[in-house]
Amino acid sequence: MALALQTFSTVKDANTALKAAGTRYLGGGTLVVRATNEGDVSLSSFVRSTEPSLSTIAVSGGKVRLGASVTMAAIARHPDLAPLANAARAVGGPAIRNMATVGGNLFAPAPYGDFTVALLALDATVSTDDSEMPIEEFLTNRDGSRAVVTSVAFALPPHNGFRFLKVSRVKPKGISVLSIAAVLEQAADGTVSLARIALGCMADRPMRARAAEKALLGSTLTKDGIAPALAAVGEGTSPITDPIASAWYRNEVLQVHLGRLLLGQIAGMETKA
Amino acid sequence: MAKVPVQFTLNGTEKAEFIDSGTTLLHALRDKIGDTSPKGGCHQGTCGACSVIIDGELRLSCLTLAETCNGTAITTTSGLSEGGVLHPLQRAFLDAFATQCGFCTPGMIMAAKVLLDHTPTPSRDEVVEALSGNICRCTGYEPIIQAVLTAARSNSQHAA
Repeated sequence: MALALQTFSTVKDANTALKAAGTRYLGGGTLVVRATNEGDVSLSSFVRSTEPSLSTIAVSGGKVRLGASVTMAAIARHPDLAPLANAARAVGGPAIRNMATVGGNLFAPAPYGDFTVALLALDATVSTDDSEMPIEEFLTNRDGSRAVVTSVAFALPPHNGFRFLKVSRVKPKGISVLSIAAVLEQAADGTVSLARIALGCMADRPMRARAAEKALLGSTLTKDGIAPALAAVGEGTSPITDPIASAWYRNEVLQVHLGRLLLGQIAGMETKA
Repeated sequence: MAKVPVQFTLNGTEKAEFIDSGTTLLHALRDKIGDTSPKGGCHQGTCGACSVIIDGELRLSCLTLAETCNGTAITTTSGLSEGGVLHPLQRAFLDAFATQCGFCTPGMIMAAKVLLDHTPTPSRDEVVEALSGNICRCTGYEPIIQAVLTAARSNSQHAA
């Protein structure tokens, strides 16, 4: 069956067109065009919007707003988004990063969607044309989402307060064994006062490691201090099994890599599995 | 279904075609325009054999719809040589035996060209990173990396 592309100048018109059966929103194409190339016959029409706000990065007063069409490459090279550069560079190779968008990454199934793991740790807010919701709620309900995502917004983490790790078998570009993002704040005595930890590939979509976060509060970032968090991090996980790694393997190595992340033993953006 | 018009610059020449809506740029280039230098490998965004440069950025033509390229400037490997003289990257790939079956070569050269356009004297790590979205099943990559580094040295010598 032939495909069609409908282009609209406003998100509102694109949303209306998306109500038709068989339509999917086209961002960078790395998910939906791939699906049609793979033979997904449920798709008959692509819808896209060229509304300029979708491609805008706004950083002001410590707050960041990323339009849904902003690419990983644009984030990686933006001077005000340096803390997120590693997470953006973790997505694909150079060509993919020039195409893959923030909005599309929100819908990427495991083992993809590494940037969304970062957004989840940042406790981002996801906006559509007429609503906004916490990213965790959005991810829970994303399979039924039909509205065009217009932007994500979050507060920039404090200096050295954001950590990201992607574990893959191939460097520099490899599909995730798992990814971990963490926002950490420490009190004057060095104990953890705020912890948000997000995991990729440990379920069918990014998830928060709430038990580990709770265990980390009041602890120091030392080998002994993080031990309870490491013991708890597997709680509630349901990792995927794919050609990269089995669910068993992902669970086995999760503690090791979270430990390295918390202890600051990560030199670059990726470690080899 | 009605055909839709597409118009872009390909290797410096204006091109205009009517295509089926939803046609990928790879399909349009190879089967409508006749530029077979971009290769259809995985069609999944994994192998990089279909890589082209659109408005200065490396893109995968297998995942790009041709209609979204209206008004752009597209470069493919077939547009690199000038007056029968190979581009330094093409010459370096030949000299370094960086092409075996040759299927990945156009994509590799496109990725390398974007790198050298922005970073004329890259480090080895930068070359590896730039080629990280391109798969080769013949060479083991080392001759390709060396070819890109050789082309960079050649460029810098010419510029000096």
